[in-house]
Amino acid sequence: MSIKEYRTAVEARGGLLVVKDTPGIAFGDRVQIKDHLGHTRNGQVIRSADNEVLILVYEGTDDLDLESTWVRFLDEPVEIALSPEILGREFNGLGVPRDGRPPVLSSIRRPVSGAAINPAARTYPREFIQTGISTIDGLNSLVRGQKLPIFSGSGLPHNRLAAQIGRQAKLVDQDSSFSVVFAAMGVSYADAKFFRDEFASSGVLRNVVMFINLADDPPVERLTLPRTALTAAEYLAYDLDRHVLVILTDMTNYAEALREVATAKGDVPARKGYPGYLYSDLAEIYERCGRIHERHGSITMMPVVSMPSDDITHPIPDLTGYITEGQIVLSRELHNQGIYPPVHISPSLSRLMKDGIGKDDTREDHPRVAAQIYALYARAQETRNLASIIGADELSERDRRYLAFADAFDQRFVGQGEAEDRSIEATLNLAWELMSMFPRDMLTRMKETDLAKYYRDSD
Amino acid sequence: MSDITRIGVIRDINGPIVTVDLPGVRSGEQVKIGELGLFGEVISLRGREAVVQTYESTDGVRPGEPAQGLGWPLSVELGPGLMGGIFDGVQRPLEKIALQSGDYIRRGMAVPALERAREWDFEPNRELTLGGTVGPGSILGTVQETQTIQHKIMVPPNVEGELLEIAPAGAYDIESTIARVRDARGISHRLSMYQRWPVRKPRPYRQRDDGVSPLITGQRVIDTFFPQLKGGKGAVPGPFGAGKTVVQQQVARWSNADIVVYVGCGERGNELVDVLETFPELDDPYTGRKLMERTLLVANTSNMPVVAREASIYVGITMAEYYRDMGYDVVMLADSTSRWAEALREVSGRLGQMPVEEGYPAYLASRLAAVYERAGRVETFSAGSGSVTLIGAVSPPGGDFSEPVTSHTKDIIETFWALSKELADARHYPSIDWVTSFSKHVQTAAEWWHKEIDPDWEKRRTDALALLARDAELSRIVNLVGPEALSDAQRWELEGAALVKEGVLQQSALDEIDTFCSPQKQYALVDLAITIYKRGAALIKLGVPVAELQQLPLMTKMRRLKSMYSSEQLEQIHAFRAEVDHAMEAVRVEYAKQA
Repeated sequence: MSIKEYRTAVEARGGLLVVKDTPGIAFGDRVQIKDHLGHTRNGQVIRSADNEVLILVYEGTDDLDLESTWVRFLDEPVEIALSPEILGREFNGLGVPRDGRPPVLSSIRRPVSGAAINPAARTYPREFIQTGISTIDGLNSLVRGQKLPIFSGSGLPHNRLAAQIGRQAKLVDQDSSFSVVFAAMGVSYADAKFFRDEFASSGVLRNVVMFINLADDPPVERLTLPRTALTAAEYLAYDLDRHVLVILTDMTNYAEALREVATAKGDVPARKGYPGYLYSDLAEIYERCGRIHERHGSITMMPVVSMPSDDITHPIPDLTGYITEGQIVLSRELHNQGIYPPVHISPSLSRLMKDGIGKDDTREDHPRVAAQIYALYARAQETRNLASIIGADELSERDRRYLAFADAFDQRFVGQGEAEDRSIEATLNLAWELMSMFPRDMLTRMKETDLAKYYRDSD
Repeated sequence: MSDITRIGVIRDINGPIVTVDLPGVRSGEQVKIGELGLFGEVISLRGREAVVQTYESTDGVRPGEPAQGLGWPLSVELGPGLMGGIFDGVQRPLEKIALQSGDYIRRGMAVPALERAREWDFEPNRELTLGGTVGPGSILGTVQETQTIQHKIMVPPNVEGELLEIAPAGAYDIESTIARVRDARGISHRLSMYQRWPVRKPRPYRQRDDGVSPLITGQRVIDTFFPQLKGGKGAVPGPFGAGKTVVQQQVARWSNADIVVYVGCGERGNELVDVLETFPELDDPYTGRKLMERTLLVANTSNMPVVAREASIYVGITMAEYYRDMGYDVVMLADSTSRWAEALREVSGRLGQMPVEEGYPAYLASRLAAVYERAGRVETFSAGSGSVTLIGAVSPPGGDFSEPVTSHTKDIIETFWALSKELADARHYPSIDWVTSFSKHVQTAAEWWHKEIDPDWEKRRTDALALLARDAELSRIVNLVGPEALSDAQRWELEGAALVKEGVLQQSALDEIDTFCSPQKQYALVDLAITIYKRGAALIKLGVPVAELQQLPLMTKMRRLKSMYSSEQLEQIHAFRAEVDHAMEAVRVEYAKQA
C-alpha cells in the first residue's frame, strides 16, 4: 500500500482525531496531520475499522478544525533513526532534535513500539554496579540489567540522586562507564536544565542521549517518549555493545498522560481513573531492560516515580513496584532532617541483589551485613516509636543502644555528600563500625568468621 | 468440530480485540488473523461478525485483510517432551522460537509444542491384549521422559473400544502410530504418543477423592503452621516486595511433589530467567536428580501480549492435569493470578462490558472459582491416585486484601499464606503473617505428622501459636507504656515468642543449610523453642529473674541452630536439648543456693 491523504476528519477531542472513509489503514501506523495554517503534527492510528480510524495526535488537537485538516497516512510504523551520532544529542519524544542541530541521518530505523524479549533469550542479571551510594550499594544493590525505580515525592531530591548515580555508576574492577539515556517526561525547564548542566559539568555529556518533553509540551507526546528513548537504548546496548543506564523521569507524568488519553477514548477506568491496562502498559516500558544471551551490552533502568501525596499505594508506584525488581524509597522525614540522600531503607528493596553480591562479587560478609543492618534498624525504629511515647529516659540500657545506633546510622551511613563516591569496601566497613556499637552476641545474623574478621571491639 | 476452515474478512482492529466478518465460526474457535497469520480466539458472536481476542500484537494489521477460522478451540499438545520445557502462554516452545526468531519474539510464529523429529523409546504395556477393551486413560505403554519421570502413554479421553494393534517396543517419534482402537460404531482410531486437549475444559477422571497427605515444602511456617495438602488449593497474597515470588519458588524447589508446573503469568522476565538458570543446576532433595527434570515452565512475562496471559493459566493447568492422569502428584504455581484477572479486565473493558468492582467484569468470581476447582486429588482412570495442587500468588493493589481478586480468592481456597509488608520490611522472611494466614487442613496434616514424625506435633504447634498470640497482646501494652510495666513472666513470654519467630519461623531461602528443612528438623526446632520457654517459665515461677535467663548463651544458639545443622544432622540438634537441660538445671541449682 502507499501513502494516502484524506480530508475527512469528523471529530476532534482530547488529543484524538476521528477520520472517516479510510479503508485499509494499518493499526499502529504513523500519521501526519496538516492543520489550517499548514503546520504538521504527528499521530498514530490507535483503532482502525472499515470506514473510520481513530488517531492519537502527539501534539494534541488544540486549534484544529475539521474542514481544513489534512490527514496523511504514511503506511509505516512510528520509527526513529539511529546512529552512533545520537550520543550527546537532545531530542523530543518523536526523535526530532531539540538542540537546534540537524536530524540524525541513518539507514537504521527502528519502530519505537519494540517487541517482547523472549524469556528464553534472557540472561539473569548478576554483575554488581557500584553507585557509590551506601544505602544502595550496601543494602539494596543494583545489578546490570535490573530495573530499580526511585520512589519519591514532590520536593524531594530524586533528580539529584538520579544524576549522582548517572555520574558515579560503574562496575567494580572495570573501567567501563555507562552510556546514559535520559528520558524526561513533563519535567520543568529548571529540572531539564539541571540534568543538562550536571552531565555537561561532569564531562559525561558525550555519553548521554537526552529525550525531553517539558511540562508545557504536549502531554500526548509523553506516551511515546519512553518508547523512543528505549529504542535508542536498545540500539546502544545491542548494536553498539554498550552498557546503558536509562533514567526515566517522571513516570507519574507519563501515567497521567495515559489517563488523559484513556479518558478521552472512553476506556473503562479501574483505579483512580487510570485505565485497566496501566499495568501492561507500564510493563511494556519497564520490561525492555535486561540482559540477553551472548550480547555484550545491557540495559539497566532507574525510573523516577513521584508518589502523589507520598502515597506508596497509589496505582502508579504500586503497579511499578509489581513490575520492577525492587525500589529505592525516599523519605520526607529524613529529608527534613537535612540528610542526603534521604533513602528510607525499610521499604526499599533490591530483588536481584542476592546474586550480585558476596564472595566473588563484593565481599563475603555482604549478604549477612545487609540482613543484620536491616534487623537492627527495624528494631531501632520500634524503639524510636516507643521513645516518642514514653520518653527516652524510660528506656532500658539495651533500647538506648538501639536509639544511638539509629541516629548514627541515619547521619553517617544514609547521609553522604552529593559528590561523595563511596567504594563498596568503604560502605561495608562503615556498616561494621556501626554494628560494633552492639555486643557480639546480638549480631545473630553474622557468622563467627565474620565477627572474628570485622567486628571492632570497643576499648 | 468440523474440519472445514472458513475464510472471512477483518472489519475492525482495537488493540488485541479484532472484529471479523466470519459467518459460521464457533465461540471459542481459533482464528488466524490477517496476512501475518496471528492467532486468536473467538470470544463473542453477533450476526455475521465475530469478536476475536488475539494472542499477539496487532500492529500493522488492516481492515480488509483475511481471517480464517481453524475449526478447533485453543488446545495444547500433550505427550513426551513437555518436561523441562519453557512455553509461552499458548504453549509455543520459547527455546525453539529463540532459535528461529532471535532474541525478540516475532509475530505469527506457529511452532508446535512437541518436537516432531525426536524419537522416544516406547515400552508397550504387557498387560494389554489385542482384542481387549481399552478406554479413556488406559495405559498403552511408557516412555522414560526424563531420568525421574516415566511418561505413561494413555488412550485419550474421547476414545474407547477394542484394541486392534499395539506397537512393539522400540523408538518412535510422537506422530507414529503406536496403537489402533475400533470404537462401538466400528470406526478405527489411530493413536500416537501425543494427544490434544482443549485447555478450557477440565480433563476427566474416575472420581474425586479427599486429600490425605500434606505437601511437604521444607518451609517451616508452611509445613508446621499452615500446611497444604496434595490436591489442595491455596493462595499467597502480598504487596510487592513481601516475597511472594520467593515463597513460590521455594515451594517449586523443595516440595515433595513429582512434578512442578510453574506458570509465570504477567510477571518479571528476570525472575523467570532465575528459575530457568538455577533449576537445571539444583538437585531435587528427594530424587537427587536435577530439578528441571521434573519442572515445566509457562512464561508470559508482563510485557508479553495480555490475551496470551489470560490463556496461560489454562494451558498450565491442562498440562498439570495430564500428568495427574498418569498418577503423579503435581504442584502448579501461578504467579500471579491477579495479572490473569487483570487480563480478563482488560479484554472486558475493550469489549465495553459493564464493570462491577474496580473495573473487573461480573464473571471474575466464577472464572476464578472454576480455575481453582481444577485442583484436587482424584482417582484416575487407570493410574491410581493423582493430584494437582494449585497455589496462586495474588498481588493486591496497595496490599489491600479487601480488593476483588484477593477477597474472591479467599472464599475459594483452603490455605491462605498472607504475606505482610511489616514483616518483610523487618526482613522477617518468609513474611507469612501468622495472624491472618490460615489452613483448613491442619487436622488432616496432623494425622500424617503424628504417624510419621511425632505424636506431639499438634500440641507443639498450638503452644507456639498461643505464644505468638500472647506476644501480640503484650506488645500492644509495651507500645503504650514500655517494657518496664511487664512482669518477669510476661517478659519471658516475649522472649519465648522471639525464639519461635527467629529460631523457627524465619527461614532464609538464601542460606544453603536452612533453605530446606525436613519435617523431622522442623519438629525438633519447634519442640526445642517451646521446651526452652517452658523450662524458663518454670524457673521464673521459682523467682529466677528474667535477665538471668536472657543472658544464657543458649538463647543465641537457639536462634542460630536452624542454619548450623542441616536436616541430616539431627543428632547435633538433639544434642542441643541436653545442653538446654544442663544450662537450665544449672540456673536452678545456682538460684536454689542463693535462696
